Amino acid sequence: MRIARISTKTPEQEASNTDLDLLNPLIEKYKDKKGKLIPLLQGTQDIFGYIPREAFLKISEETGLDLSDMYGVATFYAQFRLNPVGKHIVKVCHGTACHVQNANEVTESLQDALKIKDGETTEDGLFTLESVACLGCCSLAPVMMIGDETYGKLDGKQAVKIVKNIKIKESN
Amino acid sequence: METKVIVGLGSCGIAAGAGKVYEKIKSLKQAEHLDFDLKKTSCVGMCYREPLVEIIDESGSYLYGDVDEERAIDILDKHINQHNPVKEYVVKTDLFKTEDDEYNDSQVRIALRNCGFMDPEKIEEYEARQGYRAIRKIAGQGMPRLDVIQTVLSSGLRGRGGGGFPTGLKWKFANNNKSDEKYIICNADEGDPGAFMDRSVLEGDPHSVLEGMIIGAYAIEATGGVIYCRAEYPLAIKRLNIAIEQARAKGYLGKNILGIDGFNFDIYIKEGAGAFVCGEETALIASVEGERGMPRKRPPFPASQGLWKKPTNINNVETFANIPWIVLNEADEYKKYGTEKSKGTKVFALAGKIRRSGLVEVPMGMSIRDVIFKMGGGIQNDKKFKAVQMGGPSGGCIPEYLADTLVDYDSVNATGAIMGSGGMVVMDETTCMIDVAKFFLDFTQKESCGKCTFCRVGTKRMLEILDRITNGQGKEGDIELLEELSYQIKDNSLCGLGQTAPNPVLTTIKYFRDEYEAHIRDKKCPALVCKKLLTYEVDPEKCTGCTVCAKNCPTDCIDGERKEVHFIRQEDCIKCGTCYSKCKFDAIKLS
Repeated sequence: MRIARISTKTPEQEASNTDLDLLNPLIEKYKDKKGKLIPLLQGTQDIFGYIPREAFLKISEETGLDLSDMYGVATFYAQFRLNPVGKHIVKVCHGTACHVQNANEVTESLQDALKIKDGETTEDGLFTLESVACLGCCSLAPVMMIGDETYGKLDGKQAVKIVKNIKIKESN
Repeated sequence: METKVIVGLGSCGIAAGAGKVYEKIKSLKQAEHLDFDLKKTSCVGMCYREPLVEIIDESGSYLYGDVDEERAIDILDKHINQHNPVKEYVVKTDLFKTEDDEYNDSQVRIALRNCGFMDPEKIEEYEARQGYRAIRKIAGQGMPRLDVIQTVLSSGLRGRGGGGFPTGLKWKFANNNKSDEKYIICNADEGDPGAFMDRSVLEGDPHSVLEGMIIGAYAIEATGGVIYCRAEYPLAIKRLNIAIEQARAKGYLGKNILGIDGFNFDIYIKEGAGAFVCGEETALIASVEGERGMPRKRPPFPASQGLWKKPTNINNVETFANIPWIVLNEADEYKKYGTEKSKGTKVFALAGKIRRSGLVEVPMGMSIRDVIFKMGGGIQNDKKFKAVQMGGPSGGCIPEYLADTLVDYDSVNATGAIMGSGGMVVMDETTCMIDVAKFFLDFTQKESCGKCTFCRVGTKRMLEILDRITNGQGKEGDIELLEELSYQIKDNSLCGLGQTAPNPVLTTIKYFRDEYEAHIRDKKCPALVCKKLLTYEVDPEKCTGCTVCAKNCPTDCIDGERKEVHFIRQEDCIKCGTCYSKCKFDAIKLS
């Protein structure tokens, strides 16, 4: 599953409108610190929503970190994305409690409604669908999280309705 | 006294709508000039009644449950304006009995002593509830380090993260290794799906964890502290950051803490990046150092060579939260609770098909049945209790007939499950045990770091076999093959993840072998979960002939005219379940 997150795009295809200067304060902050690799990647993802190829190159050049080490770490942890994501990331919890309470139905309904598979982004760039391990709201299972908002006690229909409402808000 | 209105704003409360309720109460208070003090707190543990609002006035305390905006208006009007508490919404009070009393009566709250009773973003409220008294006691009495360790040792406290290793002993080892640099780490990477007690403690009482770490740092002479917290818990991280700032400002962190000469200690937060294996201590250390979170061989143990190759002590959130209480109240008081080998209390996260889900803290040695039926109120919709899963992906399923097992480390281990961090996911007759085993194996297979071949490849092969069984392609000999692979993986993996990954499969084979056999031999799923093993039929009594099923069927195998009973041609049915989920009249029968 994690292999699927590795970008197959070449640099030319990637929109090079990423403003790499945004990285400067981040690099400055962690440059000389021990254990800087993960905070650097986390910071980069906070800025761009994912870790662009050019960002890897820039960070490697300016901090002396090995590209291969960075890539190894980025593909090891579930948190890091190497592809651009939609404006809203729909995280459907697949922890034990949610699984027992039919989280699969939620994911399947969202896949149908958004016409994307798990881990993909809609064409309009609005939504990315992700299955995640436990969000820690087991008493409200099944649960999904969009942005900082958590929605509980869902079924497929309710989940689709929530996503559709966001879509309507966005088009206004 | 001024009336207080307190809204529970933990992650679970906010998910249930507590944020909106808080805003509503705030705006009503302003608009109608109501006279009360509006406060915030975190999760009290009664997640199944969220959002919760507590009102404290001269007559006592009333905890209201299931408070939505409408109910909030009602409660404010009757309770605040007319001084007339709305009894039917009250879930907890000392003044009269409620139907939820069983949930609270058998609890002994030590780790959760402050959760839900104070504003976690205010250090003064923690101090008012005996907070930072334990470290003050140590400083005031000039308690020697070994005495602190001895107190923890004789309390019998064992690691609450899952391993169950005596905490005092761990501290002793770390203390024995002399070095000018030493670290203490709080493992807040609660990766166990189905457990949420650490989140609740971090959100509801972050200072107790900090104080536990400060005491630990004093005992082992640590110079630096790290809280490794998963990034999925943004609210916990936010509140921890606030707590650390406040503790620094008050001199609980920094140089010469509380006048103890040479006791310099500070804490910072390290956000985890999402890897279950990082719950293992050597993997966690690698992750803090900024590398791939892969475990390494022990020895050397972290107590001699841990973070940055310096002596390091790692404890879990709940363990740290217990420490200040133990130091303040003495070991004997803590030892009063629990069984011979498992002392004190344990927090359990009740979830799944249980009526009252949430957090409960009970003395060790209570029976699983009491936890589920007395406190948890039994099974949802009066279904039949089938099994309880304990210990997450490393644990196992305990069947109904072993429900009188006591909750302590050794009794639970004897069943093949483990205590783990304390997640209890309850399952009823509609849960397929092979599906559950598959779910956990799917999890561990994805989370395996890949270092050990048996764990990396073995879990994958096991998952494939389980996939086959649930798809109706199980073969004779599959059960034995699963068992053989399980023992190979257990014996040949370096860390706890691999050594325990087969447990969910082994326990389900042990206790639910007949279900495996039904899948393999009869191609049936007794719990009606595995889609490929079901037969879909139209119930002629209920079918209205609306044609929705026929329109949505991907293989056009449903025949029937409008307003007439439909019929599924079994030979063409691919068992996708679309008709079942689309039917509005409940007219598709499963068998």
